[in-house]
This record gives sequence, C-alpha cells and structure tokens, in this order.
Amino acid sequence: MSAIQETVTDAPAIDAVPKRAMTLGAGTSAVVLLLLLVMPLFVKNFVIFQLTTVLIYGLAVLALNILTGGSGQFSLGQSAFYALGAYISAVLMEHAGMNYALTLPISGIICFAFGFLFGLPALRLSGIYLALATFALAVAMPQFLKLGALEEWTGGVQGLVVTKPDAPFGLPLSQDTWLYYFTLAIAIAIYIASINLLRSRSGRAMMAIRDNEIAASAMGINVALYKTLAFGVSAGITGVAGGLGAIVVQFVAPDSYTIQLAIALFLGMVVGGVGWLPGSIVGAAFIVFVPNIAESISKGLSGAVFGVLLFVVIFLVPHGARQVALVCQHWIGKLKRS
Amino acid sequence: MELLTNQILAGIATGAIYACMALAVVMIYQAIDHLNFAQGEMAMFSTFMAWQMMQWGVPYWAAFVLTLILSFIGGIAIERLLFKPLAKAPILTNVAGFIALFAIVNSVAGLIWDFTIKQFPSPFGSAPFLGSQLISTHQAGMIGVTIGLLVLLFLFFRFTRIGLAMRAAATLPESARLVGINTSWMIALGWGMASAIGAIAGLLIAPVVFLEPNMMGGVLIYGFAAAVLGGLSSPLGAVVGGFLVGIFENLVGTYIPGAGNELKLPIALALIVIVLVVKPSGLFGHTVIKRV
Repeated sequence: MSAIQETVTDAPAIDAVPKRAMTLGAGTSAVVLLLLLVMPLFVKNFVIFQLTTVLIYGLAVLALNILTGGSGQFSLGQSAFYALGAYISAVLMEHAGMNYALTLPISGIICFAFGFLFGLPALRLSGIYLALATFALAVAMPQFLKLGALEEWTGGVQGLVVTKPDAPFGLPLSQDTWLYYFTLAIAIAIYIASINLLRSRSGRAMMAIRDNEIAASAMGINVALYKTLAFGVSAGITGVAGGLGAIVVQFVAPDSYTIQLAIALFLGMVVGGVGWLPGSIVGAAFIVFVPNIAESISKGLSGAVFGVLLFVVIFLVPHGARQVALVCQHWIGKLKRS
Repeated sequence: MELLTNQILAGIATGAIYACMALAVVMIYQAIDHLNFAQGEMAMFSTFMAWQMMQWGVPYWAAFVLTLILSFIGGIAIERLLFKPLAKAPILTNVAGFIALFAIVNSVAGLIWDFTIKQFPSPFGSAPFLGSQLISTHQAGMIGVTIGLLVLLFLFFRFTRIGLAMRAAATLPESARLVGINTSWMIALGWGMASAIGAIAGLLIAPVVFLEPNMMGGVLIYGFAAAVLGGLSSPLGAVVGGFLVGIFENLVGTYIPGAGNELKLPIALALIVIVLVVKPSGLFGHTVIKRV
C-alpha cells in the first residue's frame, strides 16, 4: 500500500533562535542570581530541599535543551543517563567511600562516554525514530539496574541509601542549606559552560545541523562528530544532575528513574522554551511544583488538573518562558525609550 | 520445532493487539504528522463508554456502533477545541499537549469508573480456534478484524474522493488548499478516524487485558513500536510491524534465558532499534527525500 507519496520540503523541526536570545542580559542575570542566593535564608528546610530539586532538574532540563534546542535531536532517554549518574555516585560513595563531591565528575565523564557511544547508532535515526530508540533506553535502564548480577553493587530492587553530607569547614549551615548552595554553585558553573559551548564554534556547528543537516555538511561541518558530541555533553550534564539528585534525595532505586522522569524533563523543556537555556530553571520549577499544586486542588483528579494547567500554559505561551521573557524585554525597552 | 511454531502462533495472537493499535497510530500520523501519545487513553475511554452502555443493557453490536460514532465525534471535538489553536505552535509544544491530554483522560476515566479491573465481553467467544490451544476464537476474530480494517482503509484512501483529499492535505497542504481542499477539516477528520479505529482496537483488546484506566499503557508502547518498525507512513507496515513485535516479544521470552517478563520489553525494543538502524525509515516506510 504505497498510496501515499511523500515529497518533503519541510522546514527545520525547530524554529531558528537568534543567537543573542539564547541568554539573559547581564542585569537580569544578576537579579536572578541574587534571588537564588538569598532565597534559602527565608524559607523552611523542606522548601530548601524542593528548591535544590528544582536546581537539579533544571540542570537535567538544560542538558536536554542542549541536545534538542542546540542540535535538534530529540531524546526520551534522559532518565537513563540520570539514573546512570545517580547510581555511579551512590555506588562510589557507599562502596568505595569516596567523597560526594568527587563522585560527580566521575558520573559526568562516564555518562558522557555512554551518551557519546549511544549517539553513534542514533546518528542514523531522526525525529520520531530517534525518540523510539531513546525511549527504549529509558525503558531498559530500570530493568538493567534490577538485574541479579549487579545486585551486590546496586542493591537490586531495594536500591541504595546514601549518607547525607554535612557542611564542610564547620560552616554554620544546615545540611539542606549547604546542599542547596553546593548544587547552586555547580548549576551556575555548568550553565555558564553551556552558554559558552553554544556560543563557540562547536555550538554554532550544532545549531547549523539543527537548522539544516545537509546544508551544514555542505559547509564542511562533521555532522556525525557534532551530533554524537551533543549527545555526549547532554548525557554528561544529566549524569552530574543524577549524581546530585542521589546525594540530595539520599536514596537511589530503579523505579525512581522510569520513563516518567524523561517525560517530566521533556515537559520542563517545553515549558521553559526549547533552545532557551535560562528557561530550564522555569521548566524545572514547573515540573517540581505544579504536580503538587494539582494534588492540593483535587486529590482524585490531580492528573486532570495537571493536564489542564499544562494546556493553559501551552495555550498562553506556546514558546514557553522564552516568550514571556521576550514580551517583558519588549515592554522594558519601551519604558526606557519613553 | 513444535515449540517454535507454537510460540510464533501465540506471538501472532498478541501481535494482533499491537497491529490494531499501530493502525490507529499510523492513521493519526498520516493526518497530523505527529505521534499522538494520548491515543491509547482515548481508546481506553471509548472502551469504557461501550462498557457503560452494555451495563445499561444495550446489546453488544449496538454499543459497538454507538461507541464508534461517539469516538469519531469526540476525536473531531478534541482536535477542534484543543489542537487547532496549537496548529501554529512548535511541534514539541504539540507533543506536550498530547501528554497533557493523556493525563486528563486517564485521570477522568479513573474518577468516573474507578481503577478496579472489569471484565469485558468478546463478540467472538473464547473457545480454542480450530482446535489450537494457542489461539482463541477471539484472537482469530481480532486478526480478522484488523485485516478487514486494513483493507477498508486501503479502499478508502485509494478510491474515494475524500480519501484522496486527505492524502493530498497530508502530503502538500499548500497545494491541496490551492485546489480547494479544506485542509483544516481534513486534519479533524483524521483525528476522528484515528479515534474510531482506536475505539475498535480498545474494544478488541479489552477482553484480553481487562478493562481499567491503565490498560493501554503497555499496549500503546508496543503499538508505537510496531508502527515505527513498519514505517509510519504505511498502514500495511503498521499491521506487519504489529505481528512482528508480537512474535519478537514471545520468542525473546522463550529463548533468551533469564529474560522473563521484566526484560521482554527492553529486548524487544532493542531488536526494533537494531532493525531501525539498518533501515531508518521502517520496514515499509518511504524514505523521505529532503531538499536543501
């Protein structure tokens, strides 16, 4: 039944983002940073814990943003990289007695290698087909972690409990506050590095591939290299986020890293604005807080309330937080001129 | 050898479920160019409507026809209300919309009909088919309906004016509009048809997996996998893909030691990924030629 002919002259999957729109201005960045710095001083420990979670998911959303917004590849497998990072950190801390901060780079490097290697078969796939391949990865990971052969290290279905680190040098901070600042420091470092990456030659190469692969290769860009590199970087950052997640939640178990996590990260990216890195934190806040809000509105219908809220957001701002930021920028510009 | 043929037969029987779902998936993909993640939940909701009618005393086939009509209207309504306004939004935003729809339908169905498992009758009975213990008459009926549906769809797209218009609208929307096709309504029609086909799939699957709001979770994953394996542009591919996935799944479970139920899905998916790496647009799909 080859009745349906396809002649596609389609536009790129994602609208091109002007380069400058990738980041926030210096002034706005300073305000956001200040807010993030002082916020923990005024709230309870549990809220600090939630804010830390937002930062961690923010990192994972940022990683997906680099992959999808940067290089135009779609992934539903981020939860697998997140799980891998979390488990590497947890195993190193609990079985090798390593310092928690030192486990993060190791998680990052191993996940980078894993993502890079996964990027190789993924090279031949795009769009929906790539989504299915990464989806397979996300489905396989929890089952893999439950395998009997690895149980000695991973703790099988039960998972591993991780000890929560104290603030170093006798700083007068609670554990939660310390972890918040620790996460914040890492998040800012990775955010700046990512922005620099996307502004560099490599970043431009990735965006050229996103906008038109054939044209990019005609310009002499090594398409295979940069596509796999994007996968690697994305997986590496997700791995660090996963490691942080393990430390903060103090617990890793296979069933915390199902496909639902990958879907949540995807929603975070859409709500934050695809390809707009600062939006990652907005998206992360959405996926951390909105399910709770939905639950508090109606217990039985929490799924429906969540869905309706999500619809409201995408109806009002189909381009996510980026659109809000652009509108604000526009108004501020008008005020300045008048 | 006997074990092998038996497992292949059993695989075809489960494959019929996936083939049915995959057909619905391909239908909507033809019309809107995305995979609808909420497809399974919509089918589940249709099945619940049929169940409710039967509880009220409506005979099976009347409930069947009514459900198809309601699902068709419901699919169009969803498109008009929720996704037409998003037509200009980026693709990924649309996908987020599907996820939202998924959450809403699942939660609402859970509230109306709660999460207990319900029996669902089969129009074909459940006696062994032609003396074989592996395929029941229901499963044979399911295979028959799937193939019948495939033929009907082929005839519809090949020989009717409206089928031609739908194909034109999906292939080259701008040119289609120039020759006077209302492409916007063609998309709505695609939603309606996909929803109705999904309802048929749901009604056929429900006697096997039992009726509950989460019944489609596993089926939809396999249905997607089947549709993608067969190539998203081909209904025939979807059906063949469905049977192949069913057979894969069964053979993996039987012959790979230690695979068991837990690893069946990942291994089947991995096999599909390997097939895709060799043939990136699916077994029956057309290679899309891109111009720069």
